[in-house]
Amino acid sequence: MKLLYFAWVRQKAGVAEEDVTLPGEVRDVSGVISWLRTRGEGYEAAFCDLSVIRCAVDQEHGGLDTPVAGATEIAFFPPVTGG
Amino acid sequence: MIRVQTEDFDIGAEVAALTAGRTDIGAVVTFSGLVRDANGGSLASLELEHYPGMTEKELARIEREANERWPLQASLIIHRVGKLLPGDNIVLVVAASAHRQAAFEAASFLMDYLKTRAPFWKREDTGGEARWVDARESDGAAAAKWKV
Repeated sequence: MKLLYFAWVRQKAGVAEEDVTLPGEVRDVSGVISWLRTRGEGYEAAFCDLSVIRCAVDQEHGGLDTPVAGATEIAFFPPVTGG
Repeated sequence: MIRVQTEDFDIGAEVAALTAGRTDIGAVVTFSGLVRDANGGSLASLELEHYPGMTEKELARIEREANERWPLQASLIIHRVGKLLPGDNIVLVVAASAHRQAAFEAASFLMDYLKTRAPFWKREDTGGEARWVDARESDGAAAAKWKV
């Protein structure tokens, strides 16, 4: 599964994109985040305040409870600021 | 029609291309957004990051939604990415309809939704440490009033 990070989430995590194999018990976006936070200080810093984290599963806006089974791409980013 | 590009755009040329050969359009509303220096001279540049793939999907979805809600003859969204300077164009929305009300409302809707749904992020460079722009609650409220 591909994980993507944008804007300051990318900077804090220290990675723009990576291929990972999620642990079997991970069911939803919230599970992915909990797992990421165990992987190092950068991820911990990026995901310490979930109120400012947004996500997309297979390029569709999602939430913490969005299932990730079968997904090919999950992205994490701050609230959008285009326009 | 949607375009994500690094190049600038020419509002007059875009409107002319959209309306060329058409006699059914009675109203064209355009909105363009520019890079604003909110702190009086301290902004050196603005970096626009986006999520290639999802950006185009979201813009297409927003445009489709507008076309379902209003009788539009044509519509266009152009959003620039990359490094921009104060005064540069960032975004262009064009809505064309038979009558002005649909065109005004659709253009407003397109911008409100673009600002809260399309995956773009602005980073301000003021010469020192670059700063990611925070999302504004008022943008969320503006989008919410359309009740999608």
